[in-house]
Amino acid sequence: MTVDRYRAGVMPYAAMGYWQPDYQPADTDLLALFRITPQPGVDAVEAAAAVAGESSTATWTVVWTDRLTACEVYRAKAYRVEPVPGRDDQWFAWIAYDIDLFEPGSIANLTASIIGNVFGFKPLRALRLEDLRIPTAYVKTFPGPPTGIVVERERLDKFGRPLLGATVKPKLGLSGRNYGRVVYEALRGGLDFTKDDENINSQPFMHWRDRFLYCMEAVNRAEAATGEVKGTYLNVTAATLEEMYERAELAKELGSVVVMIDLVIGYTAIQSMSAWARRNDMILHLHRAGHSTYTRQKDHGVSFRVIAKWMRLAGVDHIHAGTVVGKLEGDPATIAGIYATLRDDHTTARLEHGLFFDQPWAGLRKVMPVASGGIHAGQMHQLLGYLGEDVVLQFGGGTIGHPDGIAAGATANRVALEAMVLARNEGRDIAREGPAILREAAKGCRPLAGALDTWGEVTFDYTSTDTPDYVATPTPARS
Amino acid sequence: MRITQGAFSFLDDLTDTQIEAQVRHCISQGWAVSIECTDDPHPRNTYWEMWEQPQFDLVDPGTVMASLAGCRRERPRDYIRICGFDATRGWESLRTSFIVQRPPHEPGFRIERTQRDGRSLGYTTRPYATDLPPGERYR
Repeated sequence: MTVDRYRAGVMPYAAMGYWQPDYQPADTDLLALFRITPQPGVDAVEAAAAVAGESSTATWTVVWTDRLTACEVYRAKAYRVEPVPGRDDQWFAWIAYDIDLFEPGSIANLTASIIGNVFGFKPLRALRLEDLRIPTAYVKTFPGPPTGIVVERERLDKFGRPLLGATVKPKLGLSGRNYGRVVYEALRGGLDFTKDDENINSQPFMHWRDRFLYCMEAVNRAEAATGEVKGTYLNVTAATLEEMYERAELAKELGSVVVMIDLVIGYTAIQSMSAWARRNDMILHLHRAGHSTYTRQKDHGVSFRVIAKWMRLAGVDHIHAGTVVGKLEGDPATIAGIYATLRDDHTTARLEHGLFFDQPWAGLRKVMPVASGGIHAGQMHQLLGYLGEDVVLQFGGGTIGHPDGIAAGATANRVALEAMVLARNEGRDIAREGPAILREAAKGCRPLAGALDTWGEVTFDYTSTDTPDYVATPTPARS
Repeated sequence: MRITQGAFSFLDDLTDTQIEAQVRHCISQGWAVSIECTDDPHPRNTYWEMWEQPQFDLVDPGTVMASLAGCRRERPRDYIRICGFDATRGWESLRTSFIVQRPPHEPGFRIERTQRDGRSLGYTTRPYATDLPPGERYR
């Protein structure tokens, strides 16, 4: 066997040891679930073995230098292949990786293996990383979120309801002085947070220092006007890490409770900023700019639930994670799986939510999901019902576009939210009674009445592309 | 002004029936319930005075409502809040907190700016009420 295995030349990946149907994954193994679309004529098992090989030790040909290593351990093993329900050209492949393949505490290293070369591999027409089981031992090498949901609430002294935010609009073009006006109006009107958009950095119309100075004047004025802690996500995304540190330092000097980064800065920069946030008692907000280029289509790319896992390990406190009812992609079951990944102490496998594995979090703090994009006060019962309490609901247009002004828009959202939470806690069925609860609350609140009149009927009812492949089938009652 | 700390400050002041319903909700979740009061509403005044001990293993909101009545009698012009505390592993903090009494007049906050290098400013928020010593405010 060994003699044949190492004869020079090309041989099937499966035969090289990357397909081991009898393999029993160890508790310390990292497990991956890929969706594989092989080229026509390529066998599914060989394709799965090739993915295991190309994402671990293999190259395209036999190399004798394997014999200088404990290669059986370092080879990833495809151990299970099943057809995707309802698709005759796609397969789910389960692959196990030994923990020593990965550098402790490094998302860059983890991803360089798992999604490194393999996604361009010619024998596959498409490939998607659906889910990962990260073993406790590896989870423990990451510091995780610097603040987390619980401590964020303690620092802000805000409990018992979702937090409210708004992204300043228009996202580009405002001067610092005008931008700060929007922040002040939204915060004094009742929001907890305002937010820079992903592409607000330091442009000709507004340099970053101006933005920071005017925004913090607005935040402090709003705190004094309401007696509440307020925040604005100052986006410190910049061309270099050194520049980001400089911006974050000014945010800290000015007393901001939160800074913001974009996903496009890269995993290493995210981990560096997380360490900075931990050193400086700062909430770290992550905007997932760019993710839809690889998360949205089911055939190819990386599922967002995997990105969410990586970001919880890397250590962010907030992450945009879908709204279900808003303008951006978001199937309810898929979103439920992503929210569970961010907020659970231990995430349980649930195929109908796209969760293929149990995921222990080993004491890592929880990430606050952010629901942003095309949501408004008229949907408050649905938002609370789908997304729960530990979430930041961000109404950008739904605050700033209010006919009576920004502060009125903010008040409408806050009143709608508090009325809905109060009713839910009283035991009312908000899914059914939600619209009536809102109308009732609007009787004592003109801004809410205005919001419901303006947006009450707006919905974004399109078919989702990223949906789970398994549906919950009702268990028949025993007779 | 009206300080808007707590979960329900944008609604009309809660009636006792509404407060009792919220306490019942806390009990149904297995949370401990506590009452706290203060005459210093600074947004970062974390430790309001505890009114009696937190109540654990409640079955009925009655004891909380009785404590609240006592607190209101003793501290008729203070802010009073009710907190629900969840000792579940991984949370171990408040789950809710809402104001159930506020002074008849809320004078609000002074903001003080300290001019620093460049155009940078330092900010201090100071409740007007705390110009007076504790116990003499909101009279």
